[in-house]
Amino acid sequence: MNATVRIGNVTKRYGDLEAVTDVSFDLGEGEMVALIGHNGAGKTTLMKLMLGLIRPTGGSIEVLGDNPAAGEFAGRRQLGYLPENVSFDAALTGRETQTFYARLKREPTTKALGLLNAVGLSAAADRRVGTYSKGMRQRLGLAQALIGQPRVLLLDEPTTGLDPELRQTFYEIIQRLAAEGTTVLLSSHALTELEERAGRVIIMNHGITVADGSIENLRNIARLPTRIRLKVTGLAPGEIPSWLPDCAPCRRLNGHVVEIDAAPEQKIEVLRCATASGAGLEDLDVVPPNLDELYAHFLRQVEGTR
Amino acid sequence: MNAIATVARKEIRQAIRNRWVLAATLLLAALALSLTFLGSAPTGTVGVRALDVVIVSLSSLTIFLIPLIALLISHDAIVGDMERGTMLLLLSYPVARWQVLLGKFLGHLAVLGFATCLGYGLAAAALVASGSRIDSDSLAAFVAMIGSSVLLGAVFVAIGYLVSALVRDRGTAAGISIGLWLLLVLIYDMALLGLLALDQGRNISATALNAMLMFNPTDVYRLLNLTGFANVSTFAGMAGLAQSMSLSAQVLLLALTLWTLVPLGFAALAFSRREL
Repeated sequence: MNATVRIGNVTKRYGDLEAVTDVSFDLGEGEMVALIGHNGAGKTTLMKLMLGLIRPTGGSIEVLGDNPAAGEFAGRRQLGYLPENVSFDAALTGRETQTFYARLKREPTTKALGLLNAVGLSAAADRRVGTYSKGMRQRLGLAQALIGQPRVLLLDEPTTGLDPELRQTFYEIIQRLAAEGTTVLLSSHALTELEERAGRVIIMNHGITVADGSIENLRNIARLPTRIRLKVTGLAPGEIPSWLPDCAPCRRLNGHVVEIDAAPEQKIEVLRCATASGAGLEDLDVVPPNLDELYAHFLRQVEGTR
Repeated sequence: MNAIATVARKEIRQAIRNRWVLAATLLLAALALSLTFLGSAPTGTVGVRALDVVIVSLSSLTIFLIPLIALLISHDAIVGDMERGTMLLLLSYPVARWQVLLGKFLGHLAVLGFATCLGYGLAAAALVASGSRIDSDSLAAFVAMIGSSVLLGAVFVAIGYLVSALVRDRGTAAGISIGLWLLLVLIYDMALLGLLALDQGRNISATALNAMLMFNPTDVYRLLNLTGFANVSTFAGMAGLAQSMSLSAQVLLLALTLWTLVPLGFAALAFSRREL
């Protein structure tokens, strides 16, 4: 794996407050990584460190071969950044803004202006940014981040303020870029959106990485039960099917549905029992623990050890 | 295109959009024109040195107005962009912080230079149009006055950046800028005058006075314009001072240049150390 971003034992302190404590990870080419954590967990601080906007108190950072803390910025031509709550100079139009940023990156302006169409801003391109709505500013923010062929994309809360259709387009664009080898690091609160898309998840809490791995990995580590829902006919209210293994906690939901919390190693056994009995089983759903639950699990675990 | 030029162009465009260029040009032109015509009253309409009188009154106006305009444009340049959040995005681009600062400086200086040249140029044009004869000496003094006015603007743009790079919020930057303006334009000279009156020429030598004048860019500007040209100093009532002045125009120009470069250098240093 070719690492485009290397973070080694990075700590950032503001006075007494440790915003980031001893964080280490590498991001490889073509990886799409979700950085999740509540407000103040250190996500934005990490991105600012990668951009050299702030300097680390300790540790080393390397982004596209540059050390941003030393003010090196040659690699930033191939880096796209979308800050949280992006803002632009209100007096300029969308087109002028995009042209300005393209020139700074020394990229052809015609191609950069094409991105305005891709994010659905072509109709408003000649209006002043001051008249834009929150969603439109966010689109312009995306358009500027995509200028050139970024090899690293740092996106801080990229989908806030975007309508569902544009969200879809947005993920299509960045998935295509990731397939071409771009490293995409995005922080978000919308965990369900990331679940199917992010190949890797880094969970932060109070400046510490509490989990780092693919969702499959995290599920294995967390050992959260998989929920199995069975729709069974002919059960009396409150009755639990007799063929279920004893150890699996289960409960009745509305109507004929029985929900079982199956530990990872019980999963297959429960399913085998359910299908073998044949008695009145109408439907079956297997719900693996989602990112929300994993996130909550890891946070609880950390709080427990504190 | 070069990053510095790109930033400068954007600043100019923004200043045009925000009507800064228009407002500054109109203000300077209106005041210059009124001074040109009202100011010629003492010499009468037959005065052969109408332009020299204009230089005296315009340079006095410049000392008040140009620093004010320059500080208004510049005090917001760094801290304002940080507060608005635009600096965050700009610095994620392949551009060094000193390039951002220099680009802004050139852009703001262009705006100020345009307003000064056009505003004051109109005054000279109006004199010509009204039939005054202007000789080449007066014209040279007038051109020098415009040039040094722009240089004075550069000094205060640089001072404004230094303030902007050091403080935490825009309100503080504005407050400090107004304070500096009052100090350098009004208080310093009054204090110096009071000191000289009290001293009665006993302790303060001419060299010490010269040095004290060098510590205020507006005084350097005043000396440059009111004593630099013989005809002008006669009208300015500074002929006596002009003869005893040991400072050449080169030294005065050097002082103004230093007054620009030193604050600009410190602003770049402060900006490069800032975290945002």
